Amino acid sequence: MALIKDGKLATDAFVDASAATEIPAAGPVIVSVEQWQAQRAALLTRGTPLGLRLRSDQSPEPIAADLPHFALVALEFPKFRDGRAYSYARLLRERYQFNGELRAVGEVLLEQLFFMLRTGFDAFELQSADPLRDYRTALGDFSVWYQPTGDGRPTAMQLRRGGR
Amino acid sequence: MYRYDEFDARFVNERVAQFRRQVKRRLAGELTEDQFRPLRLMNGLYLQLHAYMLRVNVPYGTLSSKQMRKFAHIARTYDRNFGHFTTRQNIQYNWIKLEETPDILQHLADVEVTAIQSSGNCVRNITADQYAGRAKDELADPRVYCEVLRQYSFLHPEFSYLPRKFKIAVTGSPNDRAAVAVHDIGLRMHKNQQGEIGFEVLVGGGLGRTPYIGQTIRKWLAPEHLLSYVEAILRVYNMLGRRDNIHKARIKIIVNQMGIDKYRELVDKEWEATKDGALKVPEEEIRRINAYFAPPQYERLGDATDLLQRQRAADRAFDRWARGNVVEHKVPGYAIVNVSLKAPGKAPGDITADKMDAVADLADRYSFGEIRVSHRQNLVLVDVKQADLHALWRELTALELATPNLGLLSDIICCPGLDFCSLANARSIPIAQDISQAFTDLDELQKIGQFTINISGCMNACGHHHVGHIGILGVDKRGEEFFQLTLGGSSDQHASLGDRLGPGLPQADVPAAIRKIVDTYLVIRQHNERFLDTYRRVGIEPFKGAVYGSETQAA
Repeated sequence: MALIKDGKLATDAFVDASAATEIPAAGPVIVSVEQWQAQRAALLTRGTPLGLRLRSDQSPEPIAADLPHFALVALEFPKFRDGRAYSYARLLRERYQFNGELRAVGEVLLEQLFFMLRTGFDAFELQSADPLRDYRTALGDFSVWYQPTGDGRPTAMQLRRGGR
Repeated sequence: MYRYDEFDARFVNERVAQFRRQVKRRLAGELTEDQFRPLRLMNGLYLQLHAYMLRVNVPYGTLSSKQMRKFAHIARTYDRNFGHFTTRQNIQYNWIKLEETPDILQHLADVEVTAIQSSGNCVRNITADQYAGRAKDELADPRVYCEVLRQYSFLHPEFSYLPRKFKIAVTGSPNDRAAVAVHDIGLRMHKNQQGEIGFEVLVGGGLGRTPYIGQTIRKWLAPEHLLSYVEAILRVYNMLGRRDNIHKARIKIIVNQMGIDKYRELVDKEWEATKDGALKVPEEEIRRINAYFAPPQYERLGDATDLLQRQRAADRAFDRWARGNVVEHKVPGYAIVNVSLKAPGKAPGDITADKMDAVADLADRYSFGEIRVSHRQNLVLVDVKQADLHALWRELTALELATPNLGLLSDIICCPGLDFCSLANARSIPIAQDISQAFTDLDELQKIGQFTINISGCMNACGHHHVGHIGILGVDKRGEEFFQLTLGGSSDQHASLGDRLGPGLPQADVPAAIRKIVDTYLVIRQHNERFLDTYRRVGIEPFKGAVYGSETQAA
């Protein structure tokens, strides 16, 4: 699976152990909420970057206070039609001020990228034969946005008012 | 009316280009049908029984003559010379080719019309009172808020993959002509003692297989908070709405499962965090948009009372039409004219390309070039000089668009049904045709008085059958079509859901059953009470007895 981060093809430094029975002893690792809650002390002392993977039925709200421990949050799209993670992404960015990597995982497709970019995702496990081309295509689709979201793109309303 | 500025225009053109690519990818096999389906739906394109159907928005029911001519052009060039106006203030084309759709959308974009989010699990076309800005009973024009919501909802990055579709309607009048209580969000305008406008917010209304009347989640919302409050409702719904069962995914289900108080608590908590942020609607944006809805340059006229009296006395047919299809305007000397798309024997809401052009011409000559579309599937010319009414009536009569039946029994709401729709269980159009042909006597229609018959070809309820005074629902029983009647529904400010009358009837028996219900009503009504009021007074039993006989009545 190709990983795109900040608009470039990237090598994934993390091992996703969220579905594994055992968490690897060393290296950056992504864990599930359940693993985090059960093995919190051990995870905090291993001294590697940590990632947290949320299923689409897991809101970030209950773990908001723990976010400073994580360099990465991965939000799952079990089906591209399941849009809950768009709300979670905005909460993470705009309400909980999460500044780490926000990664879209699961059924992540070109035609959804635009929405993901706007809600605060900056990394994508993109299902595509040519992920970089798809990423650029999605970026180029629109130059006008109506909704203020945390990505900072100025909305049509703001532009009408001279950028305010 | 609203005109696109450079941003709006660029946006819709970019949207067309994007869809052109998506169609190309689908045709090249780069997208599966499963992946393509939500994309085409969000551009208004359904796959129906015989062909693709394209549903085009008429935002808050307001249309220019130029846009109507474009509708005619599309009907002629890409369809079979007609279109169908729906209960959502949309127009639908029934015989569309997938590969031609991007061109059609470009034609529409050229006249500032879109099919964006006319379908899909997202915020749909925002609907409003068809008399908005002209009605005498109105507090303020709701369309400015509809337009704010329209822009806000288009390609909302957070809410384009909601659990299910989401419909918003706005009324600026205490007499609700927009059916706001049967929408996911209904906005009802009020005025406070300071003379300021605010909204009562209803949530969780809707029809379909589990109908509910919306409940008030907030009694007063200042317009500057409109977007933040709607966003809070949508966010709670997006996160908590059911995604495991399509039939339980609408917001009405969770609102009614957890109760309105709990839902309100969640929304308020969310709203507290965002209400003073970037979603605040600035005064100057309201003013900017409102300027587009400024009334046309009316002449200073007095009411043409004497003239109309003479004309009506001289011509019985004109008198009937003027009484039925013409509505009071807030400006002296002007009138609101309803153009009936309910001629006897015709499919309700259908109109040919030639008649679309003709209506556009009439709008130009008599009504400042503006046309409205009502959720009851009629058209409206909202700014007609009273002195022109007679001349306009003659022209409408020649076009068979002057059936004087507005709000009467043959002004039937009807979905496309099994003649077109892949969801339908039964053919609804023939039922509408049969009923309208059984009730052609204009004196009789007048005597029966205010009456709504709403027909849906399946429980998805596009024909709003639950809120018809008589509702008719097509069902499939072992391969045969039957029609279930409900009585006592209403979609106005006193909205109610109809009660089931009894077992379904075969198509052939429906007009006779309607006849029996009407006859019973005429016998037991007091003074000039409407059918709905009689029903609310006496209940279902007399009607049950009339339709099914005394056995069923006893059982």
